[in-house]
Amino acid sequence: MSYETVIGLEIHAELNTKTKIFCSCSTHFGAKPNENTCPICMGLPGTLPVLNEEVVHLAVKAGTALNCKINKLNKMDRKNYFYPDLPKAYQISQFDTPICGNGLVYIETPDGQREVRLNRIHIEEDAGKLVHMEYEPYSLIDYNRVGVPLIEIVSEPDMRSPQEAVTFLRNLKAILEYSGISDCRMEQGSLRCDANISIRKAGQQEYNTKVEIKNINSFRELQKALEKEEKRQKQLYDYGEEFRIVQETRRWDAGKGKTVTMRSKEDANDYRYFPDPDIIPIVIKDSIIEDVKKEIPELPKQRTERFMSSYELTEKEVDILVSDKFLSDYFEDLVKLGVDKKSACNWILTDMLKLVKEKEIEYEEIPIKKEDMASLLKMVADKKISVTAAKSVFEEMFNTGNHPEAIVKEKGLGQISDTGAIDEIVVAVLQANPQSVADYKSGKTQAVGYLVGQVMKQSKGKANPQMARDTLEKKIKEMV
Amino acid sequence: MDIDKLSVEALRDGIRDKVFTSEEIVEFYIKKIKKEDGNINSYLTICEERALKDARIVDEKIAKGEKVGMLAGVPIAIKDNICTDGITTTCASKMLEDFIPPYDATVVKKLKDADAVIIGKTNMDEFAMGSSTENSAFKVTKNPHDLERVPGGSSGGSAAAVGARLAPFSLGSDTGGSIRQPAAFCGVVGLKPTYGLVSRFGLIAFGSSLDQIGPFSNNVRDCALALEIIAGTDPLDNTSSKNIGSTDYLTGIDSGVEKMKIGVPKEFFGDGLDPEIKASILNSIEKLKGLGATVEEISIPITEAGLSAYYVISSAEASSNLARFDGIRYGYRPKEFEDVYDLMEKSRTEAFGEEVKRRIMLGTYVLSSGYYDAYYNRALKLKKKIKEEFKEVFSKYDIIISPVSPVLPFKCNEKKNNPLEMYLADVYTVNINLAGVPAISVPCGTSKSGLPIGLQIIGPHFGESTILKAALALEGALK
Repeated sequence: MSYETVIGLEIHAELNTKTKIFCSCSTHFGAKPNENTCPICMGLPGTLPVLNEEVVHLAVKAGTALNCKINKLNKMDRKNYFYPDLPKAYQISQFDTPICGNGLVYIETPDGQREVRLNRIHIEEDAGKLVHMEYEPYSLIDYNRVGVPLIEIVSEPDMRSPQEAVTFLRNLKAILEYSGISDCRMEQGSLRCDANISIRKAGQQEYNTKVEIKNINSFRELQKALEKEEKRQKQLYDYGEEFRIVQETRRWDAGKGKTVTMRSKEDANDYRYFPDPDIIPIVIKDSIIEDVKKEIPELPKQRTERFMSSYELTEKEVDILVSDKFLSDYFEDLVKLGVDKKSACNWILTDMLKLVKEKEIEYEEIPIKKEDMASLLKMVADKKISVTAAKSVFEEMFNTGNHPEAIVKEKGLGQISDTGAIDEIVVAVLQANPQSVADYKSGKTQAVGYLVGQVMKQSKGKANPQMARDTLEKKIKEMV
Repeated sequence: MDIDKLSVEALRDGIRDKVFTSEEIVEFYIKKIKKEDGNINSYLTICEERALKDARIVDEKIAKGEKVGMLAGVPIAIKDNICTDGITTTCASKMLEDFIPPYDATVVKKLKDADAVIIGKTNMDEFAMGSSTENSAFKVTKNPHDLERVPGGSSGGSAAAVGARLAPFSLGSDTGGSIRQPAAFCGVVGLKPTYGLVSRFGLIAFGSSLDQIGPFSNNVRDCALALEIIAGTDPLDNTSSKNIGSTDYLTGIDSGVEKMKIGVPKEFFGDGLDPEIKASILNSIEKLKGLGATVEEISIPITEAGLSAYYVISSAEASSNLARFDGIRYGYRPKEFEDVYDLMEKSRTEAFGEEVKRRIMLGTYVLSSGYYDAYYNRALKLKKKIKEEFKEVFSKYDIIISPVSPVLPFKCNEKKNNPLEMYLADVYTVNINLAGVPAISVPCGTSKSGLPIGLQIIGPHFGESTILKAALALEGALK
């Protein structure tokens, strides 16, 4: 039987604010446990929340970048539930007045570009983190994340395959990053994604029972978790056992590579939402909406078009560069600093990405300053160092963050263009390789390539390869 | 000289003019509390050392000729649901028996900035839920006018302390009458400010949309002075108003009630009202007429629904506000528990009193899915309507006058086991909180049995000046 998969996503993105949503604690990631807390975010009795205006601003910005309608009259609501990571025993969120509604994100599919509609975006505060101690009868709690501002973005069930869901999330992430709304680091939890998935017969209009999957921490896991759940549901339909698909929340276990039941619909909390009496309604003025529109920078879609038309790069190259704001900014800055666009693109996409992958770091953590990268590539262009030498200088820069000039000097990697020095090496190479000399003389001119290689090796990559070749050919002719 | 008969103003002036020192005044009150409070039980904590130290600091400032604040050296008692840095703040609950806040409520900070000296924390109904102060987990406060009777509540400790002259003035909180009713029962002045006039930061929340902190004193001028100190916009409280107008309530306070238009709502004089109270209020109204005020009977029918709306809204908010007391981070924790949910459940079961549990259950129920519209949402609509109707009345009248309580101070244990009857004690006060307007309770006579009677003067939003003027005029006329 032919099935259609229906997927909707709920994304939580931490907003890029310096301070928390209701107090002045830092939102900085990586602090010591409970270092970023105060009586207000700890919900001590008597304390009150005061809304950080920057949160509203960034949420409006997100709505604008994602083609939403901005709701002018906003209120905050309390979502009540007991859990040790939630100090007030309620989360301040938005229930029936989300700050943004009706958005759109475009995705590329094998059948061309399509729209994924957004149902809503609302503001809320994050909860803390429980640290379960293995083999110990207690858990520890880190409240640093409590009160970090979030937006929850809820899509419509408009995706039809796990791949489309991944594309949607990638595009959404890029838009949030480009607009400076969130740094979207999935591994740090600043971008989190829950997925709703159901299966229906091809052509069927109504939706079947959906299952929610939580605890997805990367794009790869999103794809895998959805594929697994899609397969599970299809199998149940195949066997006529679809009654076993119940509305429930399943947890993705990345280690075991499967989803397991977390809680069923019957266990669902009654959150007893009601308007938070501590926070007065927030009215967003037209002037703010207009101002935010002007703040929206170039977004991935436009950047792709511009890169395609102005840099003579391939579509694939542009896709990889533009998929990340940092990367494409890096590229453009190198070009602005005078680096040839082809060479800038090649170095970024091959050498740089290789090391990023090896070291398992984020693009933002690339330790080479753009100015340093530009000087390195200029040295290559000016033939001050060879490409081979440049690669090792690059690695050194990546490891130490040092300036390329200093590394070249320290390692003596400057290209040898001094005729005397090259003559000396060439003579030695010719003496050591009589067979190659003989081959060349007998007409196998490609033998010179091997000899150039030997000169490069002897000079530790410093010899100017063109000079080496010229000198070799000249000396062999002289030997006649 | 009877120190305990001196007003806050007189104490402040005497300390400033070196007639006596703050240390002497504080010592006097602490000695008196130690001697007499055993009968009344108005205090939960006495801050003897701290208060004497603070008093000496003020005295030193004065000795050096430094500028001092408007309450320089005068002792004040604080209701135990208002956070005091370094001083236990219990809400009269086992839950917070050992809770020492690391911060001052904004009102406490303002009092300290005005050089007032905090001498102690007063008893109350647990988490401010009650009308008799019998719901305290620690002690039952007695009415200083009759030790067999209750002082009212929930701010019974603060009212009784001032009534028994165990403090020259004090702070309480009022969610549905918790300042005005005990003020009436204890024969003192008590004011519930406009919602948003006084910061709620540091007040342990009961019904957040209704709670306000306000003063108790033995005369109207002291009440005005205390209010001036604690009022003001607070960036730490989002619900504090940004347009509060002048807080200089003393200037012009004696300008009288001539040409003031007074509305007297007939709904506040219905069947349940004690005839002695009714007579006393009507007598006071005659006095005000004599001073040149015009008086008309009015009708605000919607106020009859106020009590139900009040108990729905305040309990709903309380059920959420009190959820944070789960035994995880601070507060009461049982000795043994199975797991984290058992820890939460036992903490709450063992540390909350009956009335608190009753309101949490009521509040949880009215917010439950399927019931929200029938109860909470309907109550919110009523609240809005009540606010509008009061606004309408105040477009025609300067003030409204009514009784504070339908009954005289009742006996301890008389209503303790009848929550509904207890809730009826709030029938004349709750509408004022729902409307968000200010009201003051002033003594207006005594019953034949010698029990105090209070009169309520209600004003428009931020009309504190007006109600204080009327209260002062009545106070003068009744002398």
